[in-house]
Amino acid sequence: MPQYLVAIHHPDNYVPSSEDPAMIEDIHALNREMIAAGVRIFAGGLSAASNAKSLRAKPDGGVLITDGPYLETKEHVGGFWILETADMDQAVAWARKAVIACRAPVEVRDFLFRPVPKEATEQH
Amino acid sequence: MTDSHKTIEAVWKIESTRLIAAIARVTHDIGIAEELAQDALVTALELWPEEGIPRNPAAWLMTAAKRRALDFLRRGSMLVQKHEEITRELEFQQQQLADAMDQALDQVIDDDVLRLIFTACHPVLAVEGRVALTLRLICGLSTAEIARAFLVPEKTLGQRIFRAKKTLSEAHVPFETPRGDELRERVASVLSVIYLIFNEGYTATAGEEWMRAALCEDALRLGRMLVQLLPSESEVHALLALMELQASRSRARRGSKGEAVLLKDQDRSLWDDAQIRRGLAALGDAQRLGGGAKYYALQAAIAACHMRARTAEATDWERIVLLYDALMQISPSPIVALNRAVAVGMAQGPSAGLAAVDEIAADPALAGYHLLPSVRGDLLMKMGNFIQAYEEVQRAITMTQNVREQELLTERLK
Repeated sequence: MPQYLVAIHHPDNYVPSSEDPAMIEDIHALNREMIAAGVRIFAGGLSAASNAKSLRAKPDGGVLITDGPYLETKEHVGGFWILETADMDQAVAWARKAVIACRAPVEVRDFLFRPVPKEATEQH
Repeated sequence: MTDSHKTIEAVWKIESTRLIAAIARVTHDIGIAEELAQDALVTALELWPEEGIPRNPAAWLMTAAKRRALDFLRRGSMLVQKHEEITRELEFQQQQLADAMDQALDQVIDDDVLRLIFTACHPVLAVEGRVALTLRLICGLSTAEIARAFLVPEKTLGQRIFRAKKTLSEAHVPFETPRGDELRERVASVLSVIYLIFNEGYTATAGEEWMRAALCEDALRLGRMLVQLLPSESEVHALLALMELQASRSRARRGSKGEAVLLKDQDRSLWDDAQIRRGLAALGDAQRLGGGAKYYALQAAIAACHMRARTAEATDWERIVLLYDALMQISPSPIVALNRAVAVGMAQGPSAGLAAVDEIAADPALAGYHLLPSVRGDLLMKMGNFIQAYEEVQRAITMTQNVREQELLTERLK
C-alpha cells in the first residue's frame, strides 16, 4: 500500500512547550484516530531546527558539517507522520485534520520507492 | 470525477465508520444509521462543490447527520403522537441522540466502532452478508465497489446488503459488544470475516485478476483497527500478523507479465521488509498474550518460517511440519492436512510427502480441489515418475477456474 509523508511546518521560533492543552489533546486525538483507522505507520516531533547538523560534500571529497538547518528559511519541518493509505486523496483527507489539530501548515509527499537493503538482493 | 468529488469520497472513506457508529448508538439500527449517514453524504455532494470543502469536514458531516437523525426521530414521534408517555420517551431519545453526536464530534468513539463491527459480523447473518456489511459500513466501500471486488452484479450485492440489514433489524440484534463467553465466539466470527476479505483479495477464486489489492488493504486496515479495539485478544494480533506476513510478499507474487510466481521461486528481495517486521511483531504480541498455539497464531508462525528464510532452501521445513501438526490438533481439516503433506515432502523427501498425501486423498472434501493433483504431480515429478506427474498436473488444470493458476500449471507441463 502506498505510504505518505505528512509533514508539519513550524515557524523557526516555535516553542513546543507553548502548545496549549486543547491543542495537545487535539493532536493526541488525531493520533488515536489514525491508529484506530490502521493508517499510522510512524509519527514523531522534531526538536528545534537550530539543533540540526547540516552536512555537505566539499570539493576535496571531505564533508563539511555545520550547526543549524541546511536551508535558512523562516519555517522548518517540526514533526511528521508516515501514513499508509489507499491513495493521495485519502492522505490529503488526513492532512486536513492535521492542519486543524496542529494549527500549522502541512505538506503531503508520496514515497516514490522504499529501497530494499542491498544485502538481501546479493544473497540471491 | 471532479476534484471536490474525489475529496468528498476520500473524506467519506475516513469518516463514515465513526458517523454510522455514532448514529447507531441512538437509533440501535445500523441500517437506519447508514441511511442517515448516506443522506449527510448526499448533502455534502450537493453543497461542497458549490461552497467549497468545509474547514472541518468531519464535524460538518456529523452535524448534518445529527440533523437528519433528529428529523428521523421526530417523524417517528408524529406517528405515535398524543401518547404523552411515548412523546416524553422520544424527547428523551432526541436529547440522548443530540448528546451522543455532540460527544462523537469531540472524541474517538472506539466503543461504538467496535459495536458496529460486532453487529455487522453477527452470526445471525449469512457469511456473505457479513462480508458485504463489513466492507460497506466499516471500510466505507460503495455497493458498486464491493460488487466489482466480488465479481457479482451491483444489483445482487445491493440486495445482499438490504437483506442483511433487514435480518439484523428483524432479529432485534442489539447494538452492543458481547461479553463473557459470547465474546470469544463473536470475535472468532469477526476474524473469519476479515480473513475472508483478505483471502478474496489475495487469491481470487475465479476470473482474470490474480490479486485485488484493495480488498487486502481493507482487510489489513480492519485488522489494525481491531488490534487497537481488542488489545487483549491474542488471536486478533495473530490474524493481523498472518495478513501482514502474507501481504509482504505481494510484489513478488506476480512476474513481469502478470503471471503467478510460487513462493519457492519468488525474488525475496521484493518482499516488504517493514511489513515483515510488523507481522513478526504482531505475532510476538499474540504469543506474549499466551495465544501461540491458537488457530491464526499457528498459521502466522508458519508464514513467519517462510519469511525468515533468506532463500527457499533455507526454509525450516521441520518446524513447519511441527506447526502443521499442532494446527491439525486444534483445527483438523483436509486442506491443512494437504499443506502438512507438502511440508513433509520438503522436510523428509518426496516419497514421505506422497505417502502423507495418499493418506488423505480419499477425503471427499478434497474431491475437485485442484491442489490435490497439483501437489501429487509435484511430488511424483521429484521422484522422477514423469508420466504419472503429467497426468496429475493435467487433472489439476481442468479443476481450477483461475486463469493465472491454469497458466502456472500449464507452464509446469513444459
